[in-house]
Amino acid sequence: MQHQSEPLLKVKGLKKHFPIARGWRQEKAFVHAVDGIDFSIDRGETLGLVGESGCGKTTVGRLILKLIEPTDGEILFEGKNLARLDKKGIHPMRRAFQIIFQDPFASLNPRMTVGEIVGRPMEIHGLVERSERDERAFQLLEAVGLMKEHLTRYPHEFSGGQRQRIGIARALATQPRLIVADEPTSALDVSVQAQILNLMKQLQKEFGLTYLFISHNISVIRHISDRVAVMYLGKIVEMAEKNVLFESPAHPYTKALLAAVPSLDPRRKRDEVILEGDVPSPINPPSGCRFHTRCRYALPRCYEEEPFFHQVEDGRWVACHLAE
Amino acid sequence: MGTLLSVKNLRTQFYSAGRTVKALDGVSFDIEEGSAFGLVGETGCGKSVTALSILRLIPYPPGKIVEGEIRFSGRNLLDLSEEEMRSVRGKEISMIFQEPMTSLNPVFRIGDQIIEVITLHQKLDRSQAFEKTIEMLERVHIPEARRVAKQFPHQLSGGMRQRVMIAMELSCHPHLLIADEPTTALDVTIQAQILRLIKEMRREFHTSILLITHDLGVIAELCDWVAVMYAGSIVEQASVEEIFENPRHPYTQGLWGAIPLMDREKDTLAVIPGTVPDLSQPPEGCKFNPRCAYRFDPCDRAIPPLFQPSPEHLVSCYLYGGGKNHE
Repeated sequence: MQHQSEPLLKVKGLKKHFPIARGWRQEKAFVHAVDGIDFSIDRGETLGLVGESGCGKTTVGRLILKLIEPTDGEILFEGKNLARLDKKGIHPMRRAFQIIFQDPFASLNPRMTVGEIVGRPMEIHGLVERSERDERAFQLLEAVGLMKEHLTRYPHEFSGGQRQRIGIARALATQPRLIVADEPTSALDVSVQAQILNLMKQLQKEFGLTYLFISHNISVIRHISDRVAVMYLGKIVEMAEKNVLFESPAHPYTKALLAAVPSLDPRRKRDEVILEGDVPSPINPPSGCRFHTRCRYALPRCYEEEPFFHQVEDGRWVACHLAE
Repeated sequence: MGTLLSVKNLRTQFYSAGRTVKALDGVSFDIEEGSAFGLVGETGCGKSVTALSILRLIPYPPGKIVEGEIRFSGRNLLDLSEEEMRSVRGKEISMIFQEPMTSLNPVFRIGDQIIEVITLHQKLDRSQAFEKTIEMLERVHIPEARRVAKQFPHQLSGGMRQRVMIAMELSCHPHLLIADEPTTALDVTIQAQILRLIKEMRREFHTSILLITHDLGVIAELCDWVAVMYAGSIVEQASVEEIFENPRHPYTQGLWGAIPLMDREKDTLAVIPGTVPDLSQPPEGCKFNPRCAYRFDPCDRAIPPLFQPSPEHLVSCYLYGGGKNHE
C-alpha cells in the first residue's frame, strides 16, 4: 500500500435530510438520515461502515457516489469536491468510483445478457470499441471466477452468489479506484458469503482497489476492514483501526453493539450488557448526544450538549463526553 | 424427562412442472421435554419445511408429506384430522416466524389478535381473555401494554412486533414452541433482547423449543442439541458443545470454516467448492458427496446411516463407519 499524503476520499460535514410531508397543512418535517459526518479513506484501504437500521450508512454510500444530492457538506474525491459538481460535471468522474449492491436479484437488469451488463459501463464511458467489448467483458468474468459461456446468459439463470460476482465484474469494468460495497453479502448463505469475501480481498490486492464496505454484520466488518466507523442515528460515533475498535471500544454504543453479537462458544455466558429499547426516530432525534436515551452512562451534559467528533488519540475518533 | 416430539423418517415432497422435489428425504430426530433443539443449515436444506411439516402446514398442492411419523403427546400428528390439528396449533405447538409483519394481521389491533387466539383455545370470556392478553404483553416486557393492545402492527417496531408474536404464541402455554429464524430480520442489539426473552420465557413456561436458523451464534446462545441439515437430510446431530468443538461431518466442518469469527482472525475463509444439488435430481448416495474432499468408494452408492463416533454425537458419513476401513 503506497503512502499518499492525500486520502482518496475525504468527507466533511456531510448531511442529508429527506423532506417528508406531514399532512397537507402542517409544515414539512425531515428525516435526518445523515447529520454531519467526517471521515476519510486512504488509497488501498478498506473502511468498514457499520450500524443498525436507520443509522444512515446506506445513505452515506449513495451520497459519496452522488446517486443522491447532499443537503450540505463536502465530498473530496482525489481533492475535487463532488458536492459542487452538477450532473454534467460529475459524469466523467463516475468511472473512478463504482458500487456493488446488496440484492443480487434486483441489481441486474433481467433483460440484458451478462455480457451486456458488464460491458455497458465501458460503452457509456467510451472505453472500448464495440468489437472489443466482449473480449474485455470476458476478462472481467474470469477475474471474478466465471466463464466465457456465461456472457450470453441472462441473470435468472444464475445463483445468488454468481449474480453477485456479475455485479462485481460490472463494478470493475471502468477500472475504478473506489468501490462502495453496500451489504454485498447480506443476502447470501454463509458458504457463498465466504467465497465473495475472499474474492473481494483478492481483487483488492490485484487491482489496488479502495473499498467503503457497508454492513450491519459485525463479524463480516471485522473480517474485511482495515479501519471501522460506527454509525448511530445519522452520526459517526466512533472510528478507529479495526483491532483497536474491537479490542477496546470507547463509545458506549460501540460497546453495546459488540456485546450484542452472539458468541460462537456455547460455554461462554453472555455478559449482561444488553442495550434496552428501540432506536429513536430520525425525524425527531434526541437532543444533545443522540445516544443519551439508551446510554447507561448518560450525564446531564449528555442531554444538553452534542459531543464533538474528534481525535482522542492517534487514529481513534470518538463523539462522547465521557471519552475525554 | 421424556421425549416430547419424535420425528421418524419424514419425507415431504413438492410437485411442479413434472418434477418432484424431495425437500425432506427421511428426517428423524427427537426433542426431549424442557430442551431447546436447533435445526441449522443453509437455504434450501429443508429446515423450514420440517417445521411446516410438523404443524401440517404444507400446502397441498404442490406439497405433500409422503412418509413418516410425527409422535407428539402419544399420538401421530399425521393421523389427525384437520380439526384435531387446529386444536394442536397455537395450543400445544406454537410457531413464531421470521417476519413478524407478515404473521400479524395488519388490519386488526394487537390486543384483538391475541384475544382471538386465547378464546379459540381456552374457555374464557372476552374480558377475561383481555386481562390475560395484558398479562402476556407485560410478561414479554412491552411497556404500556394497555396502550399497545389498542395499536396496529405497523405502529410498532420490528422488535416490538416479535415480542407481540411471542406473547401471542405463548398465551396458551404450549408444550413446544417452534421459532423459525426469529431474529434474522432484527438488528443485532434487538436480537440480543429477543434471545434473552426467549430464554426467560422458556424458564417461566417450561416450554421446549425447536429453533430453526442459519445463524450459528443464535444456536450457541439458545440450544442444548443441534442437528445440521443439508439437501433435505440431517447429516449430523450432537449436543451444542460437541457440535461446536468437534464438528465431524465434512459439510459441517466446511460451514464452520466459512464463518468470519468474531473472536479469531482468519485471513481467508474456508470455501466449500460446488453448489447445493437440485433436489428434483439429487445425486446417488450421500447428497454431499460431489462436493466432498473426503469422498471414497461407498459414498455415491447409498445414503450413509447414522454412526455414533462418541456419546451425544451422530453423523451420517462413511468416514465414521461402514466404509472400506470398517467391518
